[in-house]
Amino acid sequence: MSKVVLEAKNLTKKFGDFTAVDSISFAVQAGEVFGVVGPNGAGKTTTIKMFTTLLPPSIGKALIAGFDVVKQASKVRRIIGYVPQLLSADGSLSGYENLLVFAKLYDIPAKEREKRISDSLHFMGLADSADKLVRSYSGGMIRRLEIAQAVIHRPRILFLDEPTVGLDPVARETVWKYVGVLAGDGTTVVMTTHYMEEAEAMCDRVAILNHGKIAALGSPSELKTSIGDDDANLNKVFEFYAGNKLESVENGESFKDVSRTRRTARRLG
Amino acid sequence: MERVSKMSQEQGVLHAGLDNLAAGPQASVIGRIINFINKTMVITELEVRKLRHDPTELLTRAAQPALWMLVFGEVFTRVRAIPTGNLSYIDFMAPGILAQSVLFVAIFYGIGIIWERDLGIIHKFLASPTPRSALVLGKALSAGVRALSQAVIIYLLALLLNVKLSWAPLSLLGIAVAVILGAALFSTFSLIVACIVKTRERFMGIGQVLTMPLFFASNAIYPISIMPDWLKVVAHINPLTYEVDALRAMMLVGGTSVYGIPFDFAALVFSSVILVIIGAKLYPTVAR
Repeated sequence: MSKVVLEAKNLTKKFGDFTAVDSISFAVQAGEVFGVVGPNGAGKTTTIKMFTTLLPPSIGKALIAGFDVVKQASKVRRIIGYVPQLLSADGSLSGYENLLVFAKLYDIPAKEREKRISDSLHFMGLADSADKLVRSYSGGMIRRLEIAQAVIHRPRILFLDEPTVGLDPVARETVWKYVGVLAGDGTTVVMTTHYMEEAEAMCDRVAILNHGKIAALGSPSELKTSIGDDDANLNKVFEFYAGNKLESVENGESFKDVSRTRRTARRLG
Repeated sequence: MERVSKMSQEQGVLHAGLDNLAAGPQASVIGRIINFINKTMVITELEVRKLRHDPTELLTRAAQPALWMLVFGEVFTRVRAIPTGNLSYIDFMAPGILAQSVLFVAIFYGIGIIWERDLGIIHKFLASPTPRSALVLGKALSAGVRALSQAVIIYLLALLLNVKLSWAPLSLLGIAVAVILGAALFSTFSLIVACIVKTRERFMGIGQVLTMPLFFASNAIYPISIMPDWLKVVAHINPLTYEVDALRAMMLVGGTSVYGIPFDFAALVFSSVILVIIGAKLYPTVAR
């Protein structure tokens, strides 16, 4: 028995004349790791922001566990966790304090709080640095702390927006490992990425987003089969469906995207 | 990477109680109010913890009011150009400088908001079930905590300069409340400006432009009675005027209020509430 926990129905977001997300529809099953892939500017972050209640859709609906993200935003917020693309841990607080604040905001009972925080710190391998200011953390440690923050209330759905951008390969694999464990425990994970190997390594199903539209959707192996080449990597699949390579993003990538990615990368560096 | 898909496993258990979880603690009106107060305190606590990690900011902020009191205050006390009734000029001015430093602490608060927006910190708070008004008021009250530390420094300066300070406990309590209210008010105003302009450069420009009229079109360093009529109107709309009026009445031996202390507090509370409501509406737009 599977159950839909997240659904987009003709979901559309326009900024003035520009349509960032163009009438997309898909459903994610409970327990899935679902990837939204595409180049910068394809509409990935805009999609995530709509599901995390940060951005109201222009047309269409986004539902989380049947709750509408606009009309029932506060219910949605209780059952989701969110790691933004940008750096979201507070550098002027310790790792412990970053978790404490969110434990309190998510109403974790006082008697459970300390144990929950210390479990999280141990699970993410941050126990030794718990009392150090986060600004002294490495990029990989910050990402792990951010994931710990986002799951402190045991959300049903975890949104990760470009979770490994700017990380070195070792830190990236560590993030994959932790997300894999969370998913194994039954958390539904929705992640965006523009690294195809990341999507292949982690996702049960992948939606390829290009210019705000879903170009293809399926498991990595289904997508490969669908282009008639079982040995293809997802880059090839992307090329097939989107008509351009992931690396050549001159159509979609704005100055804002570039500066964001670089800034995040520099801070995490 | 090896990962076991558990799509079919225990889904019933996973979703049992989802409605319960999503409902949260704020079912009744009283529950919502308690939740609002709790969450406001969490946000304030967060900011106070940051201050505790790096308190140097508080000391560097003391330089400006010190210069005003020592240079401007000492000179104008000699000049006797400004009619200050039964008070000496330095006495008259001390509450004005306290209000000024509260204003300065608060008015650039928006910079921090823009900084947190650029980092992505705000996004995570907005995706949490925290009431938006609690996010705004929590920040505002933390500006109050910063402002209180300024008040201590200004009391020390005033002591050095022989200002006739009142030490009545009720007056001190009143001063603390007025300082926190003033800081909350102007920091929320600053947050609203930040939500509208969204970039640091534009904010700095506007911040400078706002600070001068707020300070000079008030009774902080001279009485409103010497102003031209059109400026009197501006000064009476300016909440800083009521802040100064309350501080002047409570801080000094022989200090009097022009508008009445209850009216001053009512004006400060009323403006703060309006600004927090507007701020809570605008705050989510910074993450868009």
